[in-house]
Amino acid sequence: MTKAQTDVLPESMLEAMPEARPDATQGQADAAQFIELDRLSKSYGDNHVLEELSTSVARNEFVTLVGTSGCGKSTFLKILLGIETSTSGQLRIEGVPVHPEPSPDRGIVFQRYSVFPHLNVRQNVALGREFDRTRIFGRQFGAARRETLAEADHWLEAVGLIASAEKYPHELSGGMQQRLALAQALLKQPQVLLLDEPFGALDPGIRKDMYELVLRLWSGHKLTVFMVTHDLSEGFYLGTRLWVFDKIRHDPHAPQLYGSTITYDLPVHVADSERQRIADEVAEQQHEAGEVDEVGKEEHAHA
Amino acid sequence: MSRRWVNAHPGRALKVALGLLPFACLLLLYQVQSDARKAENPNDKLLPSFTEMQAAIDRMAFTPSKRTGEYLMWRDTSSSLTRLVTGIAIAALLGLTFGLLAAALPMADAFSMPLVTAISLIPPMAVLPILFIVFGLGELSKVVLIVVGIAPFIIREIYLRTKEIPVEQLIKAQTLGANSAQVVARVLLPQVAPRLIGAVRLSLGAAWLFLIAAEAIASTDGLGYRIFLVRRYLSMDVILPYVVWITLLAFLLDRGLIILSRRFFPWYHTND
Repeated sequence: MTKAQTDVLPESMLEAMPEARPDATQGQADAAQFIELDRLSKSYGDNHVLEELSTSVARNEFVTLVGTSGCGKSTFLKILLGIETSTSGQLRIEGVPVHPEPSPDRGIVFQRYSVFPHLNVRQNVALGREFDRTRIFGRQFGAARRETLAEADHWLEAVGLIASAEKYPHELSGGMQQRLALAQALLKQPQVLLLDEPFGALDPGIRKDMYELVLRLWSGHKLTVFMVTHDLSEGFYLGTRLWVFDKIRHDPHAPQLYGSTITYDLPVHVADSERQRIADEVAEQQHEAGEVDEVGKEEHAHA
Repeated sequence: MSRRWVNAHPGRALKVALGLLPFACLLLLYQVQSDARKAENPNDKLLPSFTEMQAAIDRMAFTPSKRTGEYLMWRDTSSSLTRLVTGIAIAALLGLTFGLLAAALPMADAFSMPLVTAISLIPPMAVLPILFIVFGLGELSKVVLIVVGIAPFIIREIYLRTKEIPVEQLIKAQTLGANSAQVVARVLLPQVAPRLIGAVRLSLGAAWLFLIAAEAIASTDGLGYRIFLVRRYLSMDVILPYVVWITLLAFLLDRGLIILSRRFFPWYHTND
């Protein structure tokens, strides 16, 4: 709708922003406008956190958000998730202002507490489907339940957790809990996947495996990902686009007077070869998995 | 070699021995004092000997009453436990319903918690006369006293424990498509269940207090009724075993609740 968004940006911000859009998305007006930020601002009383964010994101982008603590990157994620509302401006998904409540089109993985401690791994994943298929109590029985559990197993295989399907979250390592949180979110096939410092509490070795998994899932399921991280190299490694949140104006006597904005919007190409390798692998696996699925359906029909 | 006392942990056997020692000391002290009084006055009733207490237990628990043909101690026990368990069950159900809904729904919170806070400040014993007037002197008023006494505590406890559940889980459930009822039924309720058992355990002491108070004032049977009745005859030989019995029952109820909680909610007891 607002094509000339850049017109309304302050001069200084334009200078700070290098050539914004990656080339690949140009010429696809629809795709480029999947998510639009239109002069999005957020303040708590006199404390201005975000100031006039205007940009747009295409489908299947992997946007990483970095910046110092308190720079507003998490606040932006919360607005996108629907647990905070902007003070002014708009955030639109496919042209529709974002619903100010969490909903299944936006999946989330938090740093901690994303999984349900009272359910085992399989039940944790199945819960998302049970919510769809029931009205009040969110619990399925009999054949319907078995079908849902089988679907859950499919996603547990995708994140490499099938061997732990009967375990409870407290029996899992931090990395496995995050895999579970991803499987839960993916079962809903969200349009947008939000990751709030998902690997912040993990060991470096585990983190590497998780990067591979996330890239695999992102590539295999054509997700649009927003990931908040405090680790710049992680942001460069995973993202197709890196946003740096910072304040462009600063009053030393009133540090809360001005909010942050996106000071850098970098198309990232650093890990392209790696990404291509994973994308190829995924394509190959999907090919194989497709055949397996066919067989699975036949078995189901017999049952 | 010389370890600090703050780091000196007893071994298993020593731990049991240390735990039993104060009990043994108390029993010994009682025995010595009882003997001393008996030596001065063989009819002393204040510190009866263990033999006298045993005779009293035999009379109360294993000999049919001359008047009614009942075994009084068992009858007292069953009457008291029925009142206690009924009162606690009603209070737990109220506590779960109101505490959970107030914690889950901001509207219910605003509507009910000020009232609950106000009610919880009323000393329950002060309303006992009202209960007797309204509900009569029968079973109902005793059960209601227990409910009035502990329900506000359980409501507030459940409310606080529910609020402790990380908000991330509630958000996650919504991104998985849960409506309000499903959040309550699948995310909050199952996680609050073990916390309810915890809240009931904490309120057991108060429940016994209200039970015995109600029985002491208006009743025709019950453990509290009996000890207040025989007080008139200075029957320490009955009162002391009854107190030990009540303590044992309280202990068994508490243990039973822990076992229940560990059995059905193993994921909740990961740190003990």
